[in-house]
Amino acid sequence: MIELELEILASHYAYSLLFVLLGIGLYMMIANENLVKKLIGVNLFQSAIFLFFIAMAYVDGRAPIIEGKSHSVGEIASPLPQVIVLTAIVVGIALTAVGLALIIRIYAEYGTLREDTLREVRADE
Amino acid sequence: MSNVDFLLPLLVAVPMLLSTVPIVLGLRFDRTGWSVAALTTTALVAATTALANAVYATGPVSHKLGGWNPAYGIELVLDEFSALIAVLVAVTAAGVLAYTRVGGPRGNTFYSGYLLLTGGLLGISVTGDVFNLFVFLEIVGLATYAMIASGDGPESAVAALKYLILGTVGASMYLIGVGLIFMATGTLNMGVLAEVLPAAVERDPTLVRAGFAFIFVGFSMKVAQWPLHTWQPDAYQHAPDGVTPVIAAVVSTAYAYAFGRLLYSVFGPEFLTSTPYLTELVVTVGCVSVVAGSVLAVIQTDVKRMFAFSSVSQFGLIVAAYGLVTESAFVGATIHLVGHAVIKAGLFAAAGVIAISYDARTVDEYAGLADEHPLVAGMMALLLISLIGIPPSAGFVGKWYIALGAVEAQLWPVAIVVLFSTLMTLAYSARLLEKMYFTPATPLEAPHAPESVATDGGEDGGDTETAAGADAANDGAAGTRGGTETAALDAITANGDRNTVSYGMLALVVAAALLAISLGFAGGFLAGLLDPSFITEVFN
Repeated sequence: MIELELEILASHYAYSLLFVLLGIGLYMMIANENLVKKLIGVNLFQSAIFLFFIAMAYVDGRAPIIEGKSHSVGEIASPLPQVIVLTAIVVGIALTAVGLALIIRIYAEYGTLREDTLREVRADE
Repeated sequence: MSNVDFLLPLLVAVPMLLSTVPIVLGLRFDRTGWSVAALTTTALVAATTALANAVYATGPVSHKLGGWNPAYGIELVLDEFSALIAVLVAVTAAGVLAYTRVGGPRGNTFYSGYLLLTGGLLGISVTGDVFNLFVFLEIVGLATYAMIASGDGPESAVAALKYLILGTVGASMYLIGVGLIFMATGTLNMGVLAEVLPAAVERDPTLVRAGFAFIFVGFSMKVAQWPLHTWQPDAYQHAPDGVTPVIAAVVSTAYAYAFGRLLYSVFGPEFLTSTPYLTELVVTVGCVSVVAGSVLAVIQTDVKRMFAFSSVSQFGLIVAAYGLVTESAFVGATIHLVGHAVIKAGLFAAAGVIAISYDARTVDEYAGLADEHPLVAGMMALLLISLIGIPPSAGFVGKWYIALGAVEAQLWPVAIVVLFSTLMTLAYSARLLEKMYFTPATPLEAPHAPESVATDGGEDGGDTETAAGADAANDGAAGTRGGTETAALDAITANGDRNTVSYGMLALVVAAALLAISLGFAGGFLAGLLDPSFITEVFN
């Protein structure tokens, strides 16, 4: 039983890592009071998903460069997930940029980056 | 099939490319953004109408981007379901511009964001690829965050950041779901997925079900289902008045459409009904949102916030209808999507007009509105009646079909929830109606305007203007009885720049109200558009 679990862990360690990273990212988003760290949590959350796509597309074999001849399934890594990850990284960067811009504006308006202080300042108004 | 399919990629590409134009022109000219946006959205209305005509005449239109095989490449599809949403998006985007011309956020960059948003929304409605859908979800999200943050107050930035974090988590959840589905099937095209999913479910049901679970949670967040709705009231309340109508009307609607598309065109009714506890879960989430949203709406004091919670409950109704998996419920959900979008656009625009002309943002401040501004109050009353679902109005037809679907599915609790939601909608709408028509304005209104002039007279430019605007409105109303509205209008228009009600704003409110009523009569027609081909294809 334990051997089987260890075997699954050894062959699927990327997936366990994915959920650990997802959890850390989500926890940072919820528990951390600092807005910048919240955004870092979002980034970690997204990176976990990128890792998931790359891990899923991995095959022992060659890079997806096709030289005119046909290949059997499983011989060559599917290029689709890698394209997806590239696109998702671009989306993630745009999101981070917008998020940071908003945080700068919040800091300029309220003079704080901490959510608890922000709550107090807003409650006073 | 006809030769209009070349319009499909243009629907997405044109607004996105043109969104750069206001910035470039902004280097030389000050106010070109609005004109560019108006021209683009008008062209989009024409294009979507032409496409919808072709769809309803000859069947779905599709276009393969770059000529790639749809199994690998991206396919754009417009069918009977998505054509409705595409037309709705284009018409709303063009209509709300009538409001922002004078009242909305200004500046060329705002209109760049607006065009980006329009392009993203049209992308959601035409895409036939599940990963492409994620990209459009994020484009719409990004444009929405930026537009919410374009509000004047500092609160809007906080609301936008909250939405950004939750919205990103929602979209990421959807992406995980897409990844799991891709693992199970090896394709991202919706049409191909629908064909190969049944075999994949047989091979590995857990993988597909896990994918569905992630997609469901992601969309619950995006569509704002209780308890994942927390971003929505803040976002709607703090967004500029000119932005809320478009966000409330089409952004959530496009998300809900995308969810329905995935449920019915990708997973299919068979998967939904054969997976244990799946429909029960979806229906429960929807019903809980209906109840929680309506109860929270009743206790709000801010009008825009109240309408935001009302959206939570109305979208709960749509999600519950999706979960019923009957033909009538699906037709009801579609009609309610369109009807609710029109009603909410009108209501938020009316709330914006009232905030400018009457300086009222809370329910109590609406007292005596009907005497001062009979036109806006009347239109708001019409829209509220449509929202409640009193026949003949758009709200009634949607709820009728959903209730019918619940009865067909023998799910009596859902039918009861639909009825209950009508009662609760009546409860919060009646509060507004009572204030507008039956509470005299005197106790609040009399000390209001003079006092603010007296206290912060010379200090704050913005405040003085508001007070002056309210004053002018009073003067106008006191003058001629018949032309009250126009007199007040002229008085305000002559008065200054920021706090003015333009004819465009009023026209938008009136058009939304009339459309909400006439859609009620057109309910059968809308159902007919969906019925013959799309419904049979999905359900058989």
